[in-house]
Amino acid sequence: MNFVVCLKQVPDTSEVRIDPVTNTLMREGVPSIINPYDAHGLEEAIRLKEKMGGKVTIVSMGPPQAKEALKKAMTYGADRAILLSDRAFGGSDSLATAYILSMALQKIHETEPIDLVFAGKEAIDGDTAQTGPGIAQRLGFPQLTYAIKVRELTDTTVTVERKTESGRQIVQAQLPALLTVEKELNDLRYASLPNMMKAAAYEPEVWDAKTLPFDVKQMGLKGSPTSVSRIFAPPGRSGGEIFDATKDPASIAATVVQKLFQSNIIMVNPLAKGGKR
Amino acid sequence: MENFDVIIIGGGPAGLSAAISAAQAGMKTVVIERGDYPGTKNVMGGILYTKATDMVVPEFWKEAPLERPIIEQRIAMLSGDESIMAGYRDPAWGTEPYNAHSIFRVKFDRWLAQQAEKAGVMIIPETIVEDLLYKGDDVVGVRTGRAEGDLGAKVVIIAEGVNNFIAVKAGLAKPLRPESVAVTAKEVIALPKEKIEDRFCLEEGQGATIELYGDSTAGMMGVGFIYTNKESISIGVGAILQPFIRNNWTPNDLLENLKSKPYVKRLLQGGEIKEYLSHLIPEGGYTQVPKLHRQGVMVVGDTAMLMNSLNREGSNLAMISGKIAGEVAAQAIKAGDVSDHAMSVYETRLRDSFVLKDLHHYRHMGKFFEEKPHLLKVYPKLFNKAAKMYLTADGTPKKERQKEIIKMAFENRSKGGIIKDIYGAWRALL
Repeated sequence: MNFVVCLKQVPDTSEVRIDPVTNTLMREGVPSIINPYDAHGLEEAIRLKEKMGGKVTIVSMGPPQAKEALKKAMTYGADRAILLSDRAFGGSDSLATAYILSMALQKIHETEPIDLVFAGKEAIDGDTAQTGPGIAQRLGFPQLTYAIKVRELTDTTVTVERKTESGRQIVQAQLPALLTVEKELNDLRYASLPNMMKAAAYEPEVWDAKTLPFDVKQMGLKGSPTSVSRIFAPPGRSGGEIFDATKDPASIAATVVQKLFQSNIIMVNPLAKGGKR
Repeated sequence: MENFDVIIIGGGPAGLSAAISAAQAGMKTVVIERGDYPGTKNVMGGILYTKATDMVVPEFWKEAPLERPIIEQRIAMLSGDESIMAGYRDPAWGTEPYNAHSIFRVKFDRWLAQQAEKAGVMIIPETIVEDLLYKGDDVVGVRTGRAEGDLGAKVVIIAEGVNNFIAVKAGLAKPLRPESVAVTAKEVIALPKEKIEDRFCLEEGQGATIELYGDSTAGMMGVGFIYTNKESISIGVGAILQPFIRNNWTPNDLLENLKSKPYVKRLLQGGEIKEYLSHLIPEGGYTQVPKLHRQGVMVVGDTAMLMNSLNREGSNLAMISGKIAGEVAAQAIKAGDVSDHAMSVYETRLRDSFVLKDLHHYRHMGKFFEEKPHLLKVYPKLFNKAAKMYLTADGTPKKERQKEIIKMAFENRSKGGIIKDIYGAWRALL
C-alpha cells in the first residue's frame, strides 16, 4: 500500500491574537505546529502501513521553515517527506494550493502508484476545508470527507465512517482515494526512540517551482481568486446572569428553572408519561 | 540498541557546549532534551558573558540572536521608597570584544543547538532520560522514556540542570535542599526601543543592567534584576527557597512588590507583559558541589552546582564545564579508557580554571548569609538612612550630623555586630 499524507505547518492558533488596530494576525513569536487534523491523518497512515506494509510519504507546501514540521512528522515513522517551497508558491489560496499539491501527488503517482491519500478535514489557521477535496478532484480520486474511522482497507476499496451533521455514515470508495479526517479518527502516538533518531537525521526533500511543469497562472497570488477583505476578532461574550442563592435557594432555583424554560434551554419531553415519582 | 560515543542529558548551555566540543573532537554525539527544542525549558536572568561563549562558538556575536551589549551595570540598594545607587559604564563594552549581552535563552539556545547540529551532533527533543544503563558497575548508556528507548554510550555527560534527578539516582549528587536553591520569577515587559534607550540613557542598541538589593527581596538572601533587551525589559527577583516556605510567600509576591517600587515603576511604565518565567537556581556553592565524575560519567553546569551568584555568573561556568567535559570525554574515548581516573581529568581542569577557583573563593558566602539573615534587612535601610541624613540640608552643622549618623548606625546594629559583619563579609567575599 502506498500512502500519501498532506500536511500543513500552521501557527498555533491558540496563541495567535488579532491586532485590534490593523485587524491583522499577530504571528510574531507564535510557535508553529503540525495542523492537528493532519497529524491524525498521518497517524492513521502509519497504523495502516504497520498493519499492511507499504510506504508513507508526507507532502507539504510552505516556507523553508516548514521543514521543522516535516522533521517532526517523520518521528511518527514515515518513510519520506517532501516540502514544496518556492517564492512563486507564496500567496496561494486553497485553490492554488490544491493545484500545487495535486501536481506533486501526480508526480509521485506516476512512479509509485498511490493507494490512499490522507488530509486533515481543514487547517486550523484558515478553516476552509477546501484543499483536501481540491486535490482529490484534480487527481480524479474519490473523496471521503470528515472520516472518523477507517473500517476496512482492501487492495481495491476503503470503507470509512464519516461524521455528518445528523449522525454517521458508512461509505466506501474505490482506491485510489482521498480521505479528509477528523480528530476522532485515532489517538496520536508517542514516537519510539529509533523513529526519533531517524527523524533527527532526516533531511526533507525540497521541490521548487522548477521541479515540476507547473502552470504559473494557477499558483501563487495569480492563481488565487480569493481575496481577504477584512479580518476581525468577534466581540467577546458578555458574562451570564448571576443569581445569588445564599439567602433563599428554593425560590432562586425556581427562578432559574423558569428562565431556562423561557429561553428554550430545557423543555418538557412531550413523549414522557406523566405520573407520580 | 544504537550506540554513541557520548550521550549528553540536557540541551542547556552546559550540555550543548559539551556536545559541540565532543563532536568537534570526532565523537558520535547525541543530546537528549526534554523540551520541544533546546531552549524551551531553559531560563536565566538574561545576561550572557562573551568570553566563555566565544570559547564554545568563536565570534558567536556575528550570527547569534543577541539583544543588547551591556555597557553599564548599576547596583541599587532599596529601602522603602528610598534607594542608593552606584554604577559603572564603559561605552567600549558596546563594541568588540564585548563583555556581555542580554539574551533570551529560548532563542539563543535554539541557535546554539543549530551550531551543535552543524558540528555533527544529533539532538533528540521531547524525550526524558529516566536512568543510566549499567553493565555490572559500569555505566554503558541511558534509558529514555520512549519505546525501544535504550541508547548505548561510552561516556554520559549529565547536564540535566538544577533538577538533578539522574545525578541523584546515580549516587553522585544529593537531592536539593530548600536552603541551597533559589527560586526566581521573571517577566519580560515590552517597550519601544526609544523608550528603553531614553530611560536608561543609552545610545541606540546599547544595554544596561541593574541589580537591586534590600527591599527587592524583602530582606531575604537574593537579588532583583532589570536587564534591557532590544524591545523589552526583563525584570525578575530571586531568593533562597527556604524563607519563601517559612513566610508562605511566592516569588510572584516579590516580583509584584519590586515592580511597585517608585524607581522601578517609572522604568517599566506603559510596558506590556509578554512573558512570565520562573526557575530554580542552584546556590549550594563550593561545599555542595556533587561528585563531578565516576567511571563513564561527568556532571556539568547547574547539576554540578556551578553558580557564582554574587557575580551573576552561571551560564558561563556551565559552558566552560561543558566544553571541558566534552574534550575530556573525547580524549578518554580515544585512549580507550573511560575509568573514573580518566574522567577525573575533568575535575582537575575545572579546578585549574576560574570555575572552581571562583566557587572556592566564595566558599564561605552561603554560610555567611545563612548565619546573618539580618544583613539584607538592616544594611540597605541603614545606608539609605545615612545617605538621607547626610544629604538633607537643614542647617545642622556637618560635624554634628556625622555624629548623629554614627549614633543612628549603632542604634540599628551594635558596634560589635557591625564589626562581626564586616569581618564576616571580608572572609566570605574577599
